[in-house]
Amino acid sequence: MPSASLLQNPRILLTSQTPFHRNLRHHIHTPNALPLQAPLSVTTSPPKSSILEIQKSILSQTQKASDIASEYLARIRQMEPRIQSFLHVAEEEKVMREAEKVDMKVERGEEIGPLAGVLVGVKDNICTKDMPSTAGSKILEGYRPAFDATAVRKMKKLGAIIVGKTNLDEFGMGSTTEGSGFHGTANPWDLSRVPGGSSGGSAAAVSARQCVVSLGSDTGGSVRQPASFCGVVGIKPTYGRVSRFGLMAYASSLDVIGCMGSSVIDAAILLNAISGHDKLDSTSSKHEIVDYASDIISKDFTNSSNPLKGLRVGMIKETLGEGVDAAVTSSIQASALHLEALGCVVTEVSLPSFSLGLPAYYVLASSESSSNLSRYDSVRYGNQIAADEITALYGDSRANGFGSEVKMRILMGTYALSAGYYDAYYKRAQRVRTLIKKSFKDALDSNDILISPAAPSAAYRIGEKTNDALAMYAGDISTVNVNLAGLPALVVPCGFVEGGTSGLPVGLQMIGAAFDEAKLLKVGHVFEQTLQNCKFVPPLLSESYGSDSTQ
Amino acid sequence: MTLVCFRGVKANTFGLFPAHLFRGKTGALFCTLTHSGAKNKIRSESLQTQTASSLNKVNPAQTRKESRRTTHGFEAVIGIETHVQLSTTTKAFCNCPYSYGSLPNTTICPVCMGHPGTLPVLNSKIVEFAVKLGLALNCKLFMSSKFDRKQYFYPDLPKGYQISQFDIPIATGGYVDLDIPLEFGGGHRKFGITRVHMEEDAGKSIHSENQSYSQVDLNRAGVPLLEIVSEPDMRTGVEAAEYAAEMQRLVRYMGISNGNMQEGSMRCDVNISVRPVGQSEFGTKVEIKNMNSFNAMNRAVDFEISRQVNLHNQGQGNQIVQETRLWDDGSQKTITMRKKEGLSDYRYFPEPDLPEVVITEEYVNGLRASLPEIPELKRRRFEQMGLNMQDVLFLTNDINVANFFDSTVEKGGDIKQTANWIMSDIAAYLKSSQLLITEMKLTSEELAVLISSIKSGVISGKIGKEILFELMSKGGSVKSMIKEKDLVQITDPSAIEALVNKVINNNPKQLEQYRGGKTKLQGYFAGQAMKESKGKANPILLNKLLLEKLNAKP
Repeated sequence: MPSASLLQNPRILLTSQTPFHRNLRHHIHTPNALPLQAPLSVTTSPPKSSILEIQKSILSQTQKASDIASEYLARIRQMEPRIQSFLHVAEEEKVMREAEKVDMKVERGEEIGPLAGVLVGVKDNICTKDMPSTAGSKILEGYRPAFDATAVRKMKKLGAIIVGKTNLDEFGMGSTTEGSGFHGTANPWDLSRVPGGSSGGSAAAVSARQCVVSLGSDTGGSVRQPASFCGVVGIKPTYGRVSRFGLMAYASSLDVIGCMGSSVIDAAILLNAISGHDKLDSTSSKHEIVDYASDIISKDFTNSSNPLKGLRVGMIKETLGEGVDAAVTSSIQASALHLEALGCVVTEVSLPSFSLGLPAYYVLASSESSSNLSRYDSVRYGNQIAADEITALYGDSRANGFGSEVKMRILMGTYALSAGYYDAYYKRAQRVRTLIKKSFKDALDSNDILISPAAPSAAYRIGEKTNDALAMYAGDISTVNVNLAGLPALVVPCGFVEGGTSGLPVGLQMIGAAFDEAKLLKVGHVFEQTLQNCKFVPPLLSESYGSDSTQ
Repeated sequence: MTLVCFRGVKANTFGLFPAHLFRGKTGALFCTLTHSGAKNKIRSESLQTQTASSLNKVNPAQTRKESRRTTHGFEAVIGIETHVQLSTTTKAFCNCPYSYGSLPNTTICPVCMGHPGTLPVLNSKIVEFAVKLGLALNCKLFMSSKFDRKQYFYPDLPKGYQISQFDIPIATGGYVDLDIPLEFGGGHRKFGITRVHMEEDAGKSIHSENQSYSQVDLNRAGVPLLEIVSEPDMRTGVEAAEYAAEMQRLVRYMGISNGNMQEGSMRCDVNISVRPVGQSEFGTKVEIKNMNSFNAMNRAVDFEISRQVNLHNQGQGNQIVQETRLWDDGSQKTITMRKKEGLSDYRYFPEPDLPEVVITEEYVNGLRASLPEIPELKRRRFEQMGLNMQDVLFLTNDINVANFFDSTVEKGGDIKQTANWIMSDIAAYLKSSQLLITEMKLTSEELAVLISSIKSGVISGKIGKEILFELMSKGGSVKSMIKEKDLVQITDPSAIEALVNKVINNNPKQLEQYRGGKTKLQGYFAGQAMKESKGKANPILLNKLLLEKLNAKP
């Protein structure tokens, strides 16, 4: 193992005198910035792919799909009162029936799909025809779509079982899941903290092993930041890689469906299942589909001494400065060292327009959302407040149906698009977006991947950011730029910082060139499999099930 | 004049036009404006003003004796926005079909109902139709255009925005040529086209009579439209109506819309302002909607012009406000629908769900090559063939009629004769049997044969007329019909002489009267002789011989 115990002792390594290490020095300020050791056990094995394990068990008939399903259902029953990852859980009978079908197929010797018997949580802003889909908004309470989202349809076709609809900030607008119109979700690592957002339910459910993998959506970091907060893997694919058909639009030019899992391979298999052009979404790409999983499954990278030899990694300078927790910075720097040990050439890169990303993002996302949410007028579907005339019907229904964050963004967006302000806000933000795209392109011309923290801190305390929208928005600094550029990014748990009873997980964000998901997943997989003494299973789960029952 | 009347009566009965075109009392004109009242009004007005030519900014060189372009020292400035519903098999952004008159909310899907998570997918046929019309209107095409969202709340607008084109429409800066019918003074016009853009239609709101509830029908939501915006180049109701008529002809020629105004497949919003002659700024603009025929357009525009001019003359010019007025066919007036309170802000921004619309030179050239000859070019060509403007306008009004004419001439039909047959007997037949010219059994080949058979004297014109009806209703060939029924014209003088002798001998009493001075009876004898020949006798020869016999010394 090239990098054993790196994370435990980054300071020791910093004494070695490579140029990169010199560059790193000034980032380390305080002793308490040291990443904490994962407390669960002294020796841990790297995470295995749950999907592959399930497939293996079912096919070899060592475990039945129905047994696996009931195990997960039991965990949902047990955990849900404390975590509340879901807005809707599928009827147990239905889930069991689906699982039994898989078992029958195996018994009859029929072929089963790569996701057969895999229980998937689906973010509630993604349409499912046999379950309510509300996007976490009161205005859609009880709404059942007439169709499955393309991503859902594709997963089902490969055998996936939808186990429930996960909680989120209303319409994806938020970073804590506290903005859900129904209830919050707790972080399985520390129930007094948020799981992040907006795909907080999807991240918490995977983290607490209430489902095997989950779908989230990422407009400005909504898959990556909760993945980081909950210690799971999350991938935001290139814009257009996955069809948006059936994803309730927040900001159409930024939205993308992403995957979460407890290992990189799981995320890769799920991404494989949902990628591709869709004639129902004109913005979905016809770019060639790569098999994201096979390559990394078939090769054993751990045997090589430097499996990532020659890979050029750029560490984004602007994501490690002011406003970023020192402990997070250390984790990222330690991760950089780990990558170096794996053979990567790590240098610091600067994206000068980076800081402009946040305001540009909030202008563009709010503008598009103000338009996208116009359809929720309660005329054809959704909660309607009876009124004597049409403007009151609109006004009352929307006032009652939308939460305050959504209203604020509609107001901001409407303002930004108004005559006389359009040029100063929307148009200017578009110009910033062009700049950001270009600076990413330049950085990725000279680097294979870029790295940064997924968020400037570990999970917030519940209520910590609810009264300070700007502070919450600032937390999105390292993720929103990637959406503006439309690039793929993978978040892999990389360390812990102080907090909770046993430390809080932190994620490393890896950003790739457009449609270069395969490279990200490969690097992420090697990184994950070579990381020592970090077990990203929340203590809650260890208490209930013992440390090794749920890998 | 007799010819005009003849054609007016016959031609207006042509079964090729929507019934609403013929609602006027007498149908004085065949092609567009059928209201005789309107015609008379304009004629009398045109007598009063002969000095309008100096005001014509479109083509100052033109003579302007036709209709008046100024009223009491004021001139009107008219611009028209035309919405044309495209006759694609499916809607603009989903696969729903659309057919007018379907039961409410039966041709809808989650996409055109604006359900969460749905996305628009552009029907490429719309781009094709837009490019075709852009080319036909001599526009400059944007090789890369985009869609935008036009945002407003209304129950029949499911998404809360209309997908339209804002700052980069598919076509801009064109013009349209047209010829004003002689009845309205005639003359050629060229009106500017500002732009053509693609957009989707909204649904329909149906309000209950007591206003206690409203219903929404989304069948029409998402149906593709082209909006054609004209320059403010028109000055009179006739010009406005003729502009609209030319748009209808164009979209029908291109096969991109049925252009039906009654069903709302073509809707014109007319913007009218008046200003003192010589003033360059525009006056306050009033928008008029709800005109479902060209005739109504003509009258609505003229009404609105005189309303505005009267207000000016009464010193109440400030009462002309920016507003939308409806044409009320019942009272023949425009009435206020809504006053515009400030400028509405539609907050346009680029539609993020649709990629840019990129077209290539190759694509455009392909479409250009497939375009039918536009009405203007047809008119000029028919004119050069020697037809007068009346005939030209009649024949070019419908592309199928024009094609039938062209085809007949191509197969040897005499130009003038072909025009006459089509405009008289064929038009009358189509009207009475409610058929389109493409639906009757007569082919252009047979019409050409029929015409040359008459010209060469094989059959008489009378026989020709008789077999024409059979050809139209049952089909068949002229030659076999002539043979089968033994219809060849008798041109042998001795045979005709025998016929004449027989008739004279059989009518001694009439002969006596004739010779006694009642020469009118010649017609009687001619009729009897023709009857005897079963209509086959050459009429000229027959009359010549008959006269000789009648006037011969007993």
